[in-house]
Amino acid sequence: MGENGSFWLPEAASTIAPEVDALFYFVYWTSILFFVGVVGFLIYFAVKYRRKDHSFVPPAFHENKWIETASIVIPTILVLIVFTWGFKVFVKMYAAPPDAYEITVRGKQWYWEYEYDNGVVVPNEVHVPIGRPIKLNMSATDVLHSYFIPEFRVKHDVLPNRYTSLWFQVDEAGEYQVYCTEYCGTSHSAMLGKLIAEPEAEFQRWLSDQNADRPPEELGEILVASYNCAACHSVDGSRGVGPTFQGLFGSERQFEDGTTVVADENYLRESILMPAAKIVETYPPAMPPSYSSLSARELDGLIAYIKTLQ
Amino acid sequence: MHASSAAAPAVHYLNNEKTIKSWITTVDHKRIGVMYLVAVSLAFLAGGILALLVRTELAAPGETIMGPDAYNQSFTLHAVLMVFAFIIPAIPAVMGNFVLPIQLGAKDVAFPRLNLASFYIYLIGAVIALTALVVGRVDGGWTFYAPYSTSVGNGVLFITMGVFVMGFSSILTGLNFIVTVHKMRAPGLTWSRLPLFVWSIYATSIVQVLATPVIGITMLLLFLEKLVGIGIFDPALGGDPVLFQHFFWFYSHPAVYIMILPAFGVISDLMGTFSRNRVQGYKFVALSSVAIAFLGFLVWGHHMFVSGQSAVSSIVFSLITYLIGIPTGVKVINWVLTMYRGSVWLQTPMLYALMFLITFSIGGFTGIMLGVLAIDVHLHDTYFVVAHFHYVMMGGNVIAALGGLHYWWPKMFGRMYNETLARIAALLVFIGFNLTFFPQFIMGSRGMPRRYYDYLPEFEIFHQLSTLGSYVLGVGLFMILGYGIHSLFRGKKAPANPWGALTLEWTHTDSMPDPHNFHHTPVVTRGPYDYHLAPELFNDGVSGDGAGESAPEIVHRDTSEA
Amino acid sequence: MAQPAAGQPAHVKHYFVSSDQQFDAAKMGMWLFLITEILLFSGMFVAYTVYRVWHPEVFLAASDLLDWKLGGLNTLVLLGSSFTVAFGIQRIQKGDRKGLLINLGLTLLCAGIFMLIKYVEYAGKFEAGIFPGANFNPTGTYHGHDMADYADILFLPQFFSIYFVMTGIHGFHVLIGMGIFIWLIIRSYKGDFSPEYYTPIELSGLYWHLVDIIWIFLFPLLYLI
Repeated sequence: MGENGSFWLPEAASTIAPEVDALFYFVYWTSILFFVGVVGFLIYFAVKYRRKDHSFVPPAFHENKWIETASIVIPTILVLIVFTWGFKVFVKMYAAPPDAYEITVRGKQWYWEYEYDNGVVVPNEVHVPIGRPIKLNMSATDVLHSYFIPEFRVKHDVLPNRYTSLWFQVDEAGEYQVYCTEYCGTSHSAMLGKLIAEPEAEFQRWLSDQNADRPPEELGEILVASYNCAACHSVDGSRGVGPTFQGLFGSERQFEDGTTVVADENYLRESILMPAAKIVETYPPAMPPSYSSLSARELDGLIAYIKTLQ
Repeated sequence: MHASSAAAPAVHYLNNEKTIKSWITTVDHKRIGVMYLVAVSLAFLAGGILALLVRTELAAPGETIMGPDAYNQSFTLHAVLMVFAFIIPAIPAVMGNFVLPIQLGAKDVAFPRLNLASFYIYLIGAVIALTALVVGRVDGGWTFYAPYSTSVGNGVLFITMGVFVMGFSSILTGLNFIVTVHKMRAPGLTWSRLPLFVWSIYATSIVQVLATPVIGITMLLLFLEKLVGIGIFDPALGGDPVLFQHFFWFYSHPAVYIMILPAFGVISDLMGTFSRNRVQGYKFVALSSVAIAFLGFLVWGHHMFVSGQSAVSSIVFSLITYLIGIPTGVKVINWVLTMYRGSVWLQTPMLYALMFLITFSIGGFTGIMLGVLAIDVHLHDTYFVVAHFHYVMMGGNVIAALGGLHYWWPKMFGRMYNETLARIAALLVFIGFNLTFFPQFIMGSRGMPRRYYDYLPEFEIFHQLSTLGSYVLGVGLFMILGYGIHSLFRGKKAPANPWGALTLEWTHTDSMPDPHNFHHTPVVTRGPYDYHLAPELFNDGVSGDGAGESAPEIVHRDTSEA
Repeated sequence: MAQPAAGQPAHVKHYFVSSDQQFDAAKMGMWLFLITEILLFSGMFVAYTVYRVWHPEVFLAASDLLDWKLGGLNTLVLLGSSFTVAFGIQRIQKGDRKGLLINLGLTLLCAGIFMLIKYVEYAGKFEAGIFPGANFNPTGTYHGHDMADYADILFLPQFFSIYFVMTGIHGFHVLIGMGIFIWLIIRSYKGDFSPEYYTPIELSGLYWHLVDIIWIFLFPLLYLI
């Protein structure tokens, strides 16, 4: 972002964004005006009436009712304008158009999972068609998350016990950053996703491609990237929150309780599905059980990929 | 009874008894105030060191000095310490305790033993909260949003218990002050002659008494949620996390006023004294504080515009938020106007007051932005919010507290501090503060979420500026600590009224005050800022800038008791 | 520091001008404290209301599991103790120290009976596996109801969480009250109180009435409706 945005705001990519920005800059410039006024008078008074004679006592000063009244009435009018304006845009943001294309979003520690109406499930990288409203129906499976795309000026909390939603429409193809903005634990800051907006035809092609067969190692590599595994597990041997994947398969694992085991397929499988079952020595039990919904094919892919990292 | 006129060393509140026992069992509000000063300064130091660690970690993307879990715990503990152990008690418990009874012309607060009890309760609470560090993870941010807060280690048990206990201290202090203001005023001290500091502490106390029990029960429920799984907030057990947020903000928004209202009081007194002028709109400033204390209970939902509460409630909360914003803005205008045709003396306390007007205004204007529904959706939970509340909390409360501390320092310890060093430190604090937090506005509105251990490269420059600023701020604050300690031992003896102020602590007590404050109960005959009615103070010029002149003789107005 | 100002009775602290000022201050402080107590409980009443509005049928079913007879008896016991406190204050105003002692003793007794009945209620519930929240695991029969019917009612654990938290905190207040009454009995036995000075009894009485009033709200909300 940045290159298309202004000093204060990122690129305005959604249809609602320009309306939010106009309001932002209205409040911004009004505030600047008042602020300069306040600070200007402050400096002027501090200099002009600076104490020169220590025995000088100013005469009693009578309050000016006009200033008093004006300083209440003018801001009141201004904030009522701003409130009404903000309220209108908010209502527009709140109510999705009925013809919106709907995608189910699930927030998990620490990735986003998307499900399309044809049953395709993808992690973290979501494709959407441009030129039509998109509605995300969101829920969380563990703790609170919040779905935020700065370029679209939309955000909504994602909760475990109810559905929330947000909608947007993008008219230009592009790639946008998705953040989680509700604190959700160790890798909160790595819960980053991508949103790829593309023309309808390309989008449909992508969607149908998702069912294509891939070799397991390749699938595993894609999954490791898209689930953000690297936020905790490096693939180059360096130490992270969790153990590295490099050389993991076949190595002897030393656990907190003193036992050891050689890392085979079953061990990897268990560590992905039930991360708390065995904790490798010197590492915190930080991994959440968010990955238990992986399909058997995805698991095979992950294990096959880890095997390749020797 | 001046230090200069008495042959033997004067008896004052610090030297009348010297044993350790006389300190730990003291019921003297002044000593309790000093003990609070030490305690909250330690909390500020601990919270400040954590803040510097957090900023250092963020100096570069990726791991800089600590891992994500250590980082997450650092910002959580920083916030908990700063909010509950430092800002909430800072002005009311330190300056309120020391100054309020004297400004009222009372010998003590209404319930001195209860006052001492609140201090110990505060200490116990702080210790319990700190135990969490030893026992386990302190994670989840200071808001403790369920269910995350109940899903991590046992540290949260101690933190919530600590906050619960510190809450009682806050309640008892507030209760004590309300009764003291109502029942202990000196003859002639009518409500319309109360110094604005008293008014603001009074308003604060109302919020403390009304709001704190709610955080008490919220923390207790969260504690039980973690301990036995009562299922009120945890969705896995059928509870509702949004209900927790309502409970939490029902206290924590009014708590914002517990933090800022005392600052309004300090600033009012400073503006009046150092402009030698009546505070403009006295009645407005006084009564709007009380009004804000009550209205503050009706706006908690503006923290939850994107949380899943209904749109209608968001709209209502947004509207009421503005209603509170306006009187606050008018106060700023009143303070600026107080200098008009006055005699403005730019001593260190006044520099802090002017600084406050600038930083607090920025905090206020960005607050208006955040109150606009559509804009808040974008800015919520980004660094913009972080910057906003630091401008209000630190740029408001802490700057005012520093101003108040420099103002009442001579009264508290009978010594002046080095004015030159104090001005340099004030400048460092101002520059450091703005350098730390202003870049956070920019990265926030560009989309940088808060509570992030790591960040994308495009935000690096802002994070680096911010980290640099935090070091400058740290240097400024340590400098204050340095010349403060120096002043305690080597500072020039302070006259009774170095600033030529008109409130009772300056006109009717020595620096330092007698153990019973006054030799005779004072009789109040004029308003707190009626400088034009106090010719006796200014006939020969007032010194006390620490530069060498001797203090003028104060005409005590202590007519004998009826 | 301890001696009162000249010409004031012994119980007046030095920082007060008069006995009246001291009494007014104490009374105002107590009322403020009672307000904080009400707000503490109101947080729990809000939780109660929210869950009741969301799941009224659960609350209806759950109140069957509470014994309104025991609850009602406790209401009477607590009401009675409020009267004895009031009588005690009236006695000391007339200078009757023995009457005061008797009434304070009766109050303490009532509070004890209240806690005893509470214990019986709690013990029965724990035996039937009725614990708050996550530990809710009903077994056997309780109070003539087959607990198997209740095992699968959603949000029933929440009701009992609220029930135990509210009555638990209320019970804790009763215990504190008992401590206060023991202290008052010792002081009045030593003859500290007189028609001129009985502030601690008056204030403790206020506290006790509040504890009573809160129960009067809890009883119908939990047991009856």
